[in-house]
Amino acid sequence: MSTKPLKQIHLAAHFPGVNNTTVWGDPAAGSHIDFDSFTHFARTAERAKFDFLFLAEGLRLREQGGRIYDLDVVGRPDTFTVLAALAAVTERLGLTGTINSTFNEPYEVARQFASLDHLSEGRAAWNVVTSWDAFTGENFRRGGFLPREERYSRAREFLSTANELFDSWNGSEIAADATTGTFLRDARAGAFAHQGQHFDIEGHFNVPRSPQGRPVIFQAGDSDEGREFAASGADAIFGRHATLDEGRAFYSDVKRRLAAYGRTPDQLKILPAATFVLGDTDAEAHENAHEIRRLQVSGQTAIKYLEHVWNRDLSAYDPDGPLPDVDPEVGENTIALGRASVRQFRDPLATAREWRELAEAKNLSIRELVIATTARQTFIGTAATVAESIDSLVQQDAADGFILVPHLTPGGLDVFADTVVPLLQERGVFRAEYEGTTLRDHLGISVPGVDREVAAS
Amino acid sequence: MSASPSPSDAPSPSAPTTSSAPLHLAVALDGAGRHPAAWREPGARPEAVFTARYWVDAVAEAEAGLLDFVTLDDGLALQSSSTDGPDGRTDLVRGRLDAVLTAARIAPLTRHIGLIPSVTTTHTEPFHISKAVATLDHVSRGRAGVHVQVSGLPHEERHFGRRSAPLSGAELYEEAADHVEVIRRLWDSWEDDAEIRDVATGRFIDRDKLHYIDFEGRHFSVRGPSITPRPPQGRPVVSAVGASGDGEASYRLVALSADIGYVSARDAGEAASAVAAIRRAREAAGLGEEPLHLFGELTVFLDEDGPAATARKERLDALAGHPYEGDSEVFTGTPAQLADLLVERRSAGLSGFRLRPGVIAHDLPAITRGLVPELQRRGLFRTAYEADTLRGLLGLDPHPANRYATPPSAGTAA
Ligand SMILES: Cc1cc2nc3c(=O)[nH]c(=O)nc-3n(C[C@H](O)[C@H](O)[C@H](O)COP(=O)(O)O)c2cc1C
Repeated sequence: MSTKPLKQIHLAAHFPGVNNTTVWGDPAAGSHIDFDSFTHFARTAERAKFDFLFLAEGLRLREQGGRIYDLDVVGRPDTFTVLAALAAVTERLGLTGTINSTFNEPYEVARQFASLDHLSEGRAAWNVVTSWDAFTGENFRRGGFLPREERYSRAREFLSTANELFDSWNGSEIAADATTGTFLRDARAGAFAHQGQHFDIEGHFNVPRSPQGRPVIFQAGDSDEGREFAASGADAIFGRHATLDEGRAFYSDVKRRLAAYGRTPDQLKILPAATFVLGDTDAEAHENAHEIRRLQVSGQTAIKYLEHVWNRDLSAYDPDGPLPDVDPEVGENTIALGRASVRQFRDPLATAREWRELAEAKNLSIRELVIATTARQTFIGTAATVAESIDSLVQQDAADGFILVPHLTPGGLDVFADTVVPLLQERGVFRAEYEGTTLRDHLGISVPGVDREVAAS
Repeated sequence: MSASPSPSDAPSPSAPTTSSAPLHLAVALDGAGRHPAAWREPGARPEAVFTARYWVDAVAEAEAGLLDFVTLDDGLALQSSSTDGPDGRTDLVRGRLDAVLTAARIAPLTRHIGLIPSVTTTHTEPFHISKAVATLDHVSRGRAGVHVQVSGLPHEERHFGRRSAPLSGAELYEEAADHVEVIRRLWDSWEDDAEIRDVATGRFIDRDKLHYIDFEGRHFSVRGPSITPRPPQGRPVVSAVGASGDGEASYRLVALSADIGYVSARDAGEAASAVAAIRRAREAAGLGEEPLHLFGELTVFLDEDGPAATARKERLDALAGHPYEGDSEVFTGTPAQLADLLVERRSAGLSGFRLRPGVIAHDLPAITRGLVPELQRRGLFRTAYEADTLRGLLGLDPHPANRYATPPSAGTAA
């Protein structure tokens, strides 16, 4: 046992919407659009003293084989608008929105985040994602104008431009002194000028400095470039590596990159997405988990998932039968559009070979294979088992905390809040009360000063 | 319900309203009020204009007065008294929060009043605006609208740097009309009952009830469908200003693309000719039967004693260093005098008014607690909210049919 002080765990809640894990057919499943669902979910997260609520984004409906994908939850509200409304029904919970850097402009997005930070009194965070594809671009007036290689170059410049805008007010300009008639102390408030490869803009930013100075910045891409981008400018990563070995590898890799940017390891929090299934006994939880996997991966879903790798129509195959003996179609065009997960399969021929071998060795049907190879629940067990696993992964530096994705909307977080959180609090690894009011307070990340040298010294 | 020609019917916004029909009332909220010195008035809370509390309080006051809706002004540049760029003034309110987000922040704390934030079509993506306003409609349960405005300001253009030169006036309005067309088509791109949750077949949605909009215009094209399901009102309310300064182009935008047009005029004659021009453009486009509200616009300074209102405006003018004139009619006087004026003005063909409080802290309560009871006494204003949605309050079809839906007459029973 080391005498190292216990790390404090960060916990957040991902509103389950468009994804392939939401069990919408459960009798307890509610609306994923109605604002009551968001209110319920956010209030549960706040009751549990979570750091923040998280919203993902997708700017075009997914398609497969040229038709809109209809097996998962489809449809979601606008990120900024729903977060601003949630600021009215919560007091402390951080509000993290995924906003794309390709299909937006810095002046507008910086305004929206600065406004959200004012309207929530310092609880705004921005998950900067870089989906670039021309498919999504067809919904925007500028179209799919960005080559893939430039996605991070635009993202980096987008973020640095937004930071220039956030910093264009230093926070001391507003006098609002009615007696002397001085509203602004400084007529230069908001002045900025940025010239670069992607943006050439200048003028005056029109939102005064917000409570957090800048929203907390998240990053979510997993490539080398994505990790470098996170190391250079993010406060936290929304990651996908939630197991001990993968988590530790990712954690040390990313934290190691920070020094090159003059940053310390505690300035970037690693927060993987994670699922959980609870039960009265560990065995019951595993049974529940198995049942949930069966609900998440129907026969049709399994076939559709296999098509992501095979990249061809497999609808003639029986999900309860063996894997197709034909090879994947390799090429530029992909059968599934608008899904980030598709890009995971960089070598479909190798994946297909691997899966066939696995299926033969274990005698798995298509559906069983998909259940076996797709993400399983991260934490399964009694509340005590789950609390122990979470704590242990964090103490072993596989993560700084987790962003939980329940499979039920909107009540999926309730049991976690009621049973696991108190155990983490008893262990002294999770707050019993909010200690501060802003998301930066919760995450222990300082507000960047306008004069960054002063802040760093 | 189609519009009935009978003048004794409920107010039909497509026809000039009769003298006994109730009026619609809205207030425009911006900063501390319309007067440049408003922020220096007692109770103005200028230090709070960047807080949610300030806006929530103002809209709660408007809702207590049973107003139809509030509009929230916005812009993508610092406020300025000049069109050439920032005026460098430090004695006036400068800076503002995003209006759509402010409206969303207010929505869960109000129940009946309509919320109409401003957006600038020139620099925004219709796809983003469409889902933002649809979401405002979801979070407010059917009380959302959007006020569209264009910007030809070169310094605002430089905040975006998308074009080498701003569009011309006519092009700005043409682009705005396309923008509105796209946001409306996106609202319709989901049929109301597209979400089926059919456990038996494993289908969450009926994808035949989702539609590509395939908009192709001169300035942009958009494919669709929206990522956000159709909002409760089906089509949130769209408003725009018909300003004589912008000539026919702004009248055309109101006539062809809006549910509510604000008519900036200095007297009854000007108002009547603007109304006639807008109605003509609407008829010419074959939309004469479609309801369109035209609201008069006035900046108001209200006190129980008329000379007090004049004196207050003069005091504010002295603080500002010049008399406030504004770009629409300015009224100073008592609530009863204002009620008289509104009754007279409506004969120009107006179905309601958007009032701009000279000082929000003073003139907004004067509207809700002075003007409103006065209009109620005359039987010209509601005494309770009669609908839960903005379209309902405005007497518009509460849930317009979806342009993409197959009519039930085509075989299936409704
Ligand atoms: C855990 C995780 C979550 C993501 N969530 C989103 C999302 O909600 N919306 C989105 O457009 N992209 C999302 N992405 C995609 C990334 O932003 C990025 O576009 C993609 O991963 C390609 O970048 P990369 O090559 O660095 O991974 C996510 C990626 C990861 C790893």
